[in-house]
Amino acid sequence: MMRDKFGSLTLLFSILFLIFSAIFIHELFSASSLTWGRLGVAFVLGQRWDPLNGVYGALPFIYGTIVSSTFALLAAAVLGIGVAVFLSEISPRGLREPLSAVVELIAAIPSVIIGLWGIFVLVPFVRDYLQTLLAPLSFLPLFSGRSPSGLSMLAAIIVLSFMITPIVVTVSKDCLLMVPRELKEAAYGLGARRYEVIRHVSIPYAKSGIIGGLILGYGRAIGETMAVTMVIGNSYAISPSLLSPAHTMASVLANEFAEATDIFYLSSLTAIALLLILISLLINLAGRSVVMKWQRSVR
Amino acid sequence: MAKVREVKDWLLVVFSASSVAIVAFPLIHIILTTAMNGIRSIDAAFLTSLPKPPGEAGGGIAHAIQGSIILAALTMAISVPTSLMIAIYLAEYRDRRLGEVLEVVNDAFTGTPSIVAGVFVYSFVVLRHGFSALAGAMALSILAIPNMVRIFGEALKLVPLDLRMAGLALGAPKWRVIIHIVLGAATPSITSGTLLILARVMGETAPLLFTAFGSNKFASDILHPVSAIPLMIYIYAISPYADWHGKAWGAALILMLLVLAINLFVKYGIRRGGEFASQR
Repeated sequence: MMRDKFGSLTLLFSILFLIFSAIFIHELFSASSLTWGRLGVAFVLGQRWDPLNGVYGALPFIYGTIVSSTFALLAAAVLGIGVAVFLSEISPRGLREPLSAVVELIAAIPSVIIGLWGIFVLVPFVRDYLQTLLAPLSFLPLFSGRSPSGLSMLAAIIVLSFMITPIVVTVSKDCLLMVPRELKEAAYGLGARRYEVIRHVSIPYAKSGIIGGLILGYGRAIGETMAVTMVIGNSYAISPSLLSPAHTMASVLANEFAEATDIFYLSSLTAIALLLILISLLINLAGRSVVMKWQRSVR
Repeated sequence: MAKVREVKDWLLVVFSASSVAIVAFPLIHIILTTAMNGIRSIDAAFLTSLPKPPGEAGGGIAHAIQGSIILAALTMAISVPTSLMIAIYLAEYRDRRLGEVLEVVNDAFTGTPSIVAGVFVYSFVVLRHGFSALAGAMALSILAIPNMVRIFGEALKLVPLDLRMAGLALGAPKWRVIIHIVLGAATPSITSGTLLILARVMGETAPLLFTAFGSNKFASDILHPVSAIPLMIYIYAISPYADWHGKAWGAALILMLLVLAINLFVKYGIRRGGEFASQR
């Protein structure tokens, strides 16, 4: 395509953007090279994090990130698909718009406000009520023990699932609305009921788009920082119980990065940041390509 | 058999309607709690005075309001022109290969965890030049630009090809067609996209923790640390002082009103201007 001076300027910005992206990743690599050089894979598999004695193992944080995000995704998948089905198939027309707006509003609330609510409302609720409610299940390792403060993995999961539900809803709803009317009408014509149409026609048709939305939600959960940091309790111990305090990759960065004075400490925290962004980039690309491939195949 | 099917149908309605209730409840609860707790600490002095040491009565968040405005202005000044140029390249001047690479890289970075942007700016800028408002704005821009590029790109794509053709046929050079006709037509959606990103930028805390860092005074320039409303909320919320907790709620209410106002304005205020895009 023909390119004038203005076009060359836009090209320049685009190339600078790519260079800067490369610098971004490179900087995180080089600022963490000390840790990779000294520990290598042992850093990722190390179960102890003890900055006072210079022991750096990232597993407690990786574990915390995976557990919190996975449980949050499970909850958001059930709720989000439920909401999407309601919005696309069940809700009266007049309610659809305002309800979608409400769900989108969730995504607009700053994470730190959700964290504030988490500290002063959710965490006491977990401490005083939810724990007691879950006490009959305490024979399961997942719900063993008690958290005296309420700061816990469970609180983080609740906050996260609330925060990623909007993205699951938005993507799933868009996909469900793209199911061709003829398909649904054919099913109704065969005598199917609404439940059967949704279960056997709409959801199978929209399935891979919905899965893409779930992947995007997972990416969001992994990188979420403030709200999680404020309610998870910041503990280095790897515990199977959701009622124990924990730590995530993002929360350890938020808590300790500003205080890391010695270079090995700083480099180890940067190594966590590098892992975090690489995982997010991969998940994000995967989610986006699944959604786009599906939308293209439908059109 | 017919009974079972009826029950399943009914259960579906109950399940999906209760999902809506379960999801909406915390949102309403958060908004109401913030409003009720926040209103108690907000008065004129709260908005216009500097913080006092813990324990002393009074004191406000004027420094954080100023800091947030500085950070937002700097971030917008960096990201809007940059994103616009990249989006124009992608929509109007793209080369096949480079365009594809750029799109993939941009898409990948839309999901950058906010805290990582802070870590990068810390090791790239702060280690050499110290904490500053500028460093904070850089971290915020890293988060804003990929999302803006995508939103602007979609806005440009909605401008009908006929308009470009008409401009070119009248003999206008391509850059004029883009600046005057394409950007003009896309202005409503570009504006609403910019405002939505602005709202998100103003609520970000994590990238500021070790870039803008926070401060208790008014900022005199952009090369020194500044506070910001979300940063202040975080610091006050995790402090042990009940008085500071109250102030955190007050600041949260102001931030929430700001963010909600921007979002509602974009949704219902700019509608009329956006009609052009939907006519296509």
